[in-house]
Order: sequence, then structure tokens, then C-alpha cells
Amino acid sequence: MASDQATTPPPPPLPEIQSHDLSQVIVLHPPPVFNYFKDLFSKKFHLLKAWESPLPLHEFLTNHAHSAQAMLCSGTGPSISADIIRLLPSLRLVATTSAGLNHIDLTECRNRGISIANAGEVFSEDVADLAVGLLIDVFRKVSASDRYVRHGLWATKGDYPLGSKLGGKRIGIVGLGSIGFQVAKRLEAFGCNISYNSRKRKDFVSYPFYTNVCELAANSDVLIICCGLTEQTRHMINREVLLALGKEGVIVNIGRGAIIHEKELVQCLVQGEIGGAGLDVFENEPDVPKELFELDNVVLAPHMAVFTTESFKDLCDLMIGNLEAFFSKKPLLSPVMNE
Amino acid sequence: MESIDVLMLCPMISYLEQELQRRYNVLKLWTAPEKSQFIKDHSATIRAIVGDGGHGADAEMIEALPRLEILSSNSVGVDKIDLEKCREKGIRVTYTPDVLTDEVADLAIGLILAVLRRLCASDRYVRSGKWKKGDFKLTTKFTGKTVGIIGLGRIGMAIAKRAEAFNCPICYFSRTEKPDTKYKYYPSVLELASNCQILVVACSLTAETRHIVNREVMNALGPKGVLINIGRGPHVDEPELVSALVEGRLGGAGLDVYEHEPEVPEELFSLENVVLLPHVGTATVETRKAMADLVVGNLEAHFSNKPLLTPLV
Repeated sequence: MASDQATTPPPPPLPEIQSHDLSQVIVLHPPPVFNYFKDLFSKKFHLLKAWESPLPLHEFLTNHAHSAQAMLCSGTGPSISADIIRLLPSLRLVATTSAGLNHIDLTECRNRGISIANAGEVFSEDVADLAVGLLIDVFRKVSASDRYVRHGLWATKGDYPLGSKLGGKRIGIVGLGSIGFQVAKRLEAFGCNISYNSRKRKDFVSYPFYTNVCELAANSDVLIICCGLTEQTRHMINREVLLALGKEGVIVNIGRGAIIHEKELVQCLVQGEIGGAGLDVFENEPDVPKELFELDNVVLAPHMAVFTTESFKDLCDLMIGNLEAFFSKKPLLSPVMNE
Repeated sequence: MESIDVLMLCPMISYLEQELQRRYNVLKLWTAPEKSQFIKDHSATIRAIVGDGGHGADAEMIEALPRLEILSSNSVGVDKIDLEKCREKGIRVTYTPDVLTDEVADLAIGLILAVLRRLCASDRYVRSGKWKKGDFKLTTKFTGKTVGIIGLGRIGMAIAKRAEAFNCPICYFSRTEKPDTKYKYYPSVLELASNCQILVVACSLTAETRHIVNREVMNALGPKGVLINIGRGPHVDEPELVSALVEGRLGGAGLDVYEHEPEVPEELFSLENVVLLPHVGTATVETRKAMADLVVGNLEAHFSNKPLLTPLV
């Protein structure tokens, strides 16, 4: 009919890669790296974004993620529990943007033959840098005296109280993995003496090794927590360890909040049983015990040890690389080995 | 034994005051209602001066003290002392090198990390409760950045050694090229600033180095560059520094010294890419004691006709 010819049908869509041609990657909660680089992932993979669905998680997974072979997760968002893994029958890879693995049911993955890739060593330098920065800050009162100047007190109240010399101090590193080793290497240049406690003695260093963390604390002026969070390390740093560290002792935590018994740490700081603390992690982030806000010998950071533009870009490249390797049946770039 | 009159120019740690008072008759200049009158009143007997980085002796004071034999400075910086006048009059000058080198170098690295990784800003972020509303922003990695050092003396070398542990390539400007270092030399501060990401002022303050970091140098360092000053405030053109930071022509600054301490330009207070310290380069219990021991030790050596421990003149 004449009227039909007045409206021409729309041209067919240009051929483009439809997202369903790309390999599926299930993502329960956006990892922090998505805030900056999500497009790099969505161009290469079909992201199944559970958090955007109105469906409850279990329903979403059952209905939409049945054939997803790979998952991308981070330390934030729901834990990758056995329950969740069981809803993903095709899952063969969990790639986490963190170095830490405490949010993943490793036993379930091992039993199901699911490979795990993590951030490997991509952050180690940045995390080590932050540990050193926090330590110098506590010893030399950098943040506290910056506050003092900004409040106009230097002109009115005079010089700020003296800090403490870092050189020559005995540093006890808890966990001499990739991060712990980078911390040790840096602090040696400041004239510090390094000792450590780790699950196993490391042959490639000559630092004194302590089999238990309390003994390490008793022989150290500083403890730097660089280990992962496991059942063995949960609340490992408790009142006993802190008292062994002593009234002049300083603790820096760039591992996980729960490695330290937070209530006991706060008590020791408030009562002056230890000399100070530099903390990037806490038991219930983003909650931080209010008592710490009153203390000038404590430096607080919002779990940002890996939050640099350089690390995030490196992480993005690494995660995409791992996923691409997985889907083309090549070896993963940063696999987590079963220990 | 006759009591020796020692003029102390300003308050110092009580340990030093006590050690001086045990040995000498200490005249405290800052307690005098009228300083030049006080000096006149004691000019016949003052044989030694104890000063510090901020308080030295100019030609006028030296001329007013005919019996002055030695000036023992509680600092390594001696820009407030008229060294020429001292040489002319045969007055000895001692200072406190080496015992504070590590302390200042540690702080320089602490400032670099605090600026690049926004330690002070993020500590404020947590204390103000903002973390509950969202994560802090991305900051800048230190490891591997090129560090440029103005002045490769004791302190400059100590800073270089520490930065090397962070895999930082090191370059420098100095009055003369140092033959026995592997670091890259640039014949001008401007070229140095154009070729590094973090510029550290670690030279002594002289007529030649005043405002050695000027507008041109800061522009060359640029919007991603960071300036660290652990030297003296007058090394940097302070008003130019403020406008470079406020306008974003300079990426950040970590300052321990200022042109008119304890005044700090208030325009800097709201900038989170700036860390402001109250001249604490040597401010630890251990180092201030070691410096004090050198001050007293030098005076003791002089008054018992023994070789001075750390003479400059």
C-alpha cells in the first residue's frame, strides 16, 4: 500500500561483536578497579553483573550464570563461599583482584578443581612503600605535626614534641612473602635491623628467623604485619604480643585488620602499653574505633595500600591477561599454587 | 677555676641547657628585656656563643664581643653566621654534621611518601568519617620514580641511598660534578627539574643558592612533579611556590622549612597535595642529644686547648 512505502524499514544493525559472542565472566560485586577501567573488561568479556540484577543473588546465579566458566572478584562484596561455588556448575577459574585470598573458600575450589588467580606481586611495591611511609609517619610524627601546622599552632605554641629515630631500630616482619621482602629491602637502607616470623624459614635471606611471633615482638622495636589472613593468623597479634613489643614499640598493619585483635590493640594504645601504630586495615572496614581518633601516635589510612594509578593499571592488565589466558587454554599469569 | 661566660642565643632542649650550665656561666639572651643592652653589659666577659640553625651571629654581634673565641652552633646549617667575619677575627666556629644526616634523610623520604601517597590527607579522611561514604582516591606510586637532588653532600647522598632501595633512578645538581658516584649529573637546576619527578633540596644556603628553586624551575618540574624542601626556606621562592601549587603548575610539595618560620603561607593549608612540617628535620630525642653532645664537646675541647671535634672555621 502507498502509506507503507512512506516509512522505509530501519537499516539492519551494523555487524558488531555482540556481547554474547564474548566469553562469560561472572562478577558478583564490582571490584574497585572497575571504577577506573571497567570498559577495558567489558570490551573483551561478557560480564554477568550480579549486583545490577533485581534478583536475589542465588536466583541470579541459577538462572543466568549456569555456563559461566570464569569469575572475577575482589576482597569487597560477598565472599566466594562453598554455597556460591555450588551454584556455578561450570566454574573453572576464580580470578581475584586482591593479593589476599581470605574471602574465597579455598578448600571448595581445590575439591572442585577450580583454579585461582590473584594479583600476584603487582602491588607488592606499593604496599611496601605504604608500610614504610606509615612507619616514618609514626616515628617522626608527620601527620600529627602537619595537623599542628595547619591549625596555626606552630606560631602560637612553639615547636612540636620530638619524634624518634628510625635508624638502628629492630624491625620484626610478620610474613616474609613478596610484600614483607620488599619492606625489608627498603628499611635496610634506613639502617634498620630486620628479623622475621613466617610459616617457613626463607633460605634466600640471612635475616634472623623467629618461630613464634611473641618472641619476634620481644626482640623488636617495630612489628610490620605483612602476612595473609588465615585461620592461623586471625587475632595472632593479641595483648600478649603487644606487651612483648613494649611501651616504645610501634606496630604497622598493611595485611588484614583481623590479624590483630583490634579491641586489645586499642586498649594497649589508649593505656600507653605500646608506643604507636600505623594502620591501613581494620576488622570492620570502614568502621575505625573512635578511641584512635584521640591519639596523635596513631596514623590511620583507609585501606589504600594498593590504590595507586600505576598499580590499578598493572592490575587491570594482569586480570585481563589471566582471563584471556584461561579462555585460550594457556597458563595463567598469576596462578595461586596450592600449599 | 674561673667561670666562663657563654652566651646562649635561644632556648634549646633542656638536656643541652643543663649540660652547659654545669660547665659554664650561661647567659640566656632571650630572657633579656633589651638584647643589644644585654650584650653590651656582658661584652667584656663573653667568650663563647651557642646558637642554632635559626640563630647565629652577624657582623654586628661579633664586633660587639671583643673576647669572643668560639661559636658552637647546634645545627649543620650555618647560614645565620657571618663566617667571613669569624675567619677575619680568628673566631672558631663548630657545627653538628654527620650526627643528623640520617635523621634528615629519613624525613625527606617520609615527606615524599606522605605527599605522593597522600598520607596526611587520607589520615584526615578517616578521622573525619569520610571513609564511611566511599573509598579514598588513587594516589601516585613512589617506587621507580626519578629523584633529582640539589646538593649531593652528606644529606643528599643519604637521601639517594634510601631512594635507591625504592628502585628510583637518581640524578643531581651540585656546584661541581662528583667523580665517584654513578648518579646522573645535570649542570643546572633547571635541567635537573626537567628530568626528574621528585626534586629534593639538600644543599646549604649561601648567596648563590638563595631562591635556587624559582618559578622557572617549578614550571619545569611541572604539574606531575613534587618538590621536597629539607634545606632552608630561602632556597625556594615562597610566593612563587604558593602560586605554582594553587594554580596546579606544580604537582605537590613536602616542606619542612619556610622563608619566615614559624609563619607558613595559609593558602597552602587547604591543599591536600602539600605536607607541612614545623622544621623537624633533626627533631628526634636521639639526634638532638647527639647534637647537644657535640655542641658541649666542642666547647670543652676549645677551653682545654684540645683539637675541636667538628670545626667549620
